[in-house]
Amino acid sequence: MKAVVWQHTNKMGVERVPDPTLLLSTDAIVRVTSTAICGSDLHLLDGYIPGMERGDIVGHEFMGEVVEVGRDVRRVRVGDRVVVPFNLACGVCDPCRRGLFSACDNSNPAPNARTVEALYGAMSPSGLFGYTHLFGGYAGGQAQFVRVPFADVGCFKIESDLRDEQVLFLTDIFPTGYQAAEQCGIVPGRDVVAVFGAGPVGQFAARSALMLGAAHVIVVDRVPERLSMAEAAGCQTINYEKEDVLVALRDATGGRGPDHVIDAVGLEAHGHGPGALLDTAEQKMRMSFDRITAVRWAILSCAKGGTVSMAGVYAGLVDKFPLGAAFGKGLVFRMGQTHTHRYVIPLLERIEAGQIDPSFVITHRASLDEAPELYKTFRDKKDGCIKVVLDPWGQPGQVHKV
Amino acid sequence: MTPNLTSNMTSRPYREHSTESLLSPAERGVMGVLGLAALTLSLRGNALERLLLGAVGVGLAGMAATGTNPLATALKIRQNEEGDTLVSDAITIGQPPEQLYAIWRDLTNLPLLMRHLKAVELLDERRSRWTVPGPVGDVSWEAELTADEPGRRIAWRSLPGASIQNSGEVLFLPAPGDRGTEIRVNLAYHAPGGTTGAVIARLTGQEPSQQLRDDLLRFKREQELGFAPTTQGQSSGRAAQNGHYRQAQDHAPRTAGEAGRNA
Ligand SMILES: [Zn+2]
Ligand SMILES: [Zn+2]
Repeated sequence: MKAVVWQHTNKMGVERVPDPTLLLSTDAIVRVTSTAICGSDLHLLDGYIPGMERGDIVGHEFMGEVVEVGRDVRRVRVGDRVVVPFNLACGVCDPCRRGLFSACDNSNPAPNARTVEALYGAMSPSGLFGYTHLFGGYAGGQAQFVRVPFADVGCFKIESDLRDEQVLFLTDIFPTGYQAAEQCGIVPGRDVVAVFGAGPVGQFAARSALMLGAAHVIVVDRVPERLSMAEAAGCQTINYEKEDVLVALRDATGGRGPDHVIDAVGLEAHGHGPGALLDTAEQKMRMSFDRITAVRWAILSCAKGGTVSMAGVYAGLVDKFPLGAAFGKGLVFRMGQTHTHRYVIPLLERIEAGQIDPSFVITHRASLDEAPELYKTFRDKKDGCIKVVLDPWGQPGQVHKV
Repeated sequence: MTPNLTSNMTSRPYREHSTESLLSPAERGVMGVLGLAALTLSLRGNALERLLLGAVGVGLAGMAATGTNPLATALKIRQNEEGDTLVSDAITIGQPPEQLYAIWRDLTNLPLLMRHLKAVELLDERRSRWTVPGPVGDVSWEAELTADEPGRRIAWRSLPGASIQNSGEVLFLPAPGDRGTEIRVNLAYHAPGGTTGAVIARLTGQEPSQQLRDDLLRFKREQELGFAPTTQGQSSGRAAQNGHYRQAQDHAPRTAGEAGRNA
């Protein structure tokens, strides 16, 4: 089959690789009908996530048709049309039983899990599709076929006639944005929410905050087409390259600051000031994995008693963290990888009820063969690129801009 | 997992070039030391271990700065007065203590639980023969049970004359709430090569505390799931070199109805 593989930093390729096979009796094989490039795939491209090996099949946002199941798979059948959350969950461990699927104790294989434990000082979080070997190194879904371990837990049937593009983002960016908004504990009609980062997750976080009743949503970014997309949803926008973002947020909230601030940026943030510059220097020297400008701004702008809700991915240790401001204002921090499995059905119901059509975020469609090129288009924010959907079976040589 | 809003590093080149001048000589000195320590360590090991070793490097330098003797401390290698290396670990498993005790109490199961053991044969009620593969052939010794408290604790030690003197115990404690059992394993062994040997073994991933952790994680997975999750044998761009390469017809998509797909 064809698959997008990580070759080395700054190089994704499309290669012929063996078809996946059932490795365990609880696996399924899914023929991928749609897959997408995610912002966190860019961290792999840029080489900021350790533990990648040449030849790893990437991609963690995918859906398709079940074509084979192991003998212990009960809830999923050949022929089912399914979406598959990007994180793997076993469904039976203590975190899974508590709905903390991204904290699953068991889905990261033992030696990988032990390595992560040493870094986290706690048991490893869940395995991830198409990502670093630190989190299992499970082959990903930017491919024609994919092996889905824990198929009974990880495959969610789509029985309505919604198009792929309306349900594909249930695998990651929609739940990720939604969780970021949900964990703010928004008081409907009262709370003001600021969202740092107007990439795909930021877009879903902003729209989710509105769905959850936020009185006002302010989106911060620097890319005009991303800001326009947020404005189309009814958000106020701030271009942090044109305005002092902390002053602008204060002005927009009567001096209080936003009640909740969502960080939809993660470890590759840009920004101003000595902290941002030092982050960049350290990251370039591989002394640090993270640039935390968005978190600093979130803490400094947030209102007293507010929530800093972090959806962005962070990898390691940080410094120059404004802990005093956070303490002084009594902030609440909520963060973490999305418990995707928890949200698939409730958000599918919102899509079916017409409350949101997630396909609004798509700007580019192409075949799998164009993936390496579109990774760079997306990373460099060229051509108005916000979200790329790939057809693993499409004819090569065609990029459709929406 | 989240897209970052502004990862385009090339669009702000002046910052890229001006960063170094922001660091004071003192800061650069500190960072240099940290970097060197991390780098030196991270040259060893596979891609996975580099991150961990990098972090250890940072820890080492930090400890050196505070004046503590870093290496054995940073690597958490512990010894008792007799010079035995001590290893212990704990894990919570969502099954009742009696069930987990029963599995451990059948000592012939131990090679399934502890991957570095090749075999355990029962000699009589209390004595058993343990075999591990060594660099120059198998190594065996005899051990005896020193405690057996059903559902709670099993302890053993090697008999005099063992090539690797060792002892150990496993405790099975009810976890609070409905979380099952807290298993705690305590091991003591006389490491060939003493502390230095233990440090080298740790850095090369052959050290018993790492093996014990992997064993406990595998045991938890077996007991909670009934199987060990794996990616061994999965498809990748590397598998092409291993011979089992199958060409797919990308313009003739296979569907569920199509026969012939096999595992
Ligand atoms: Zn689990
Ligand atoms: Zn993602």
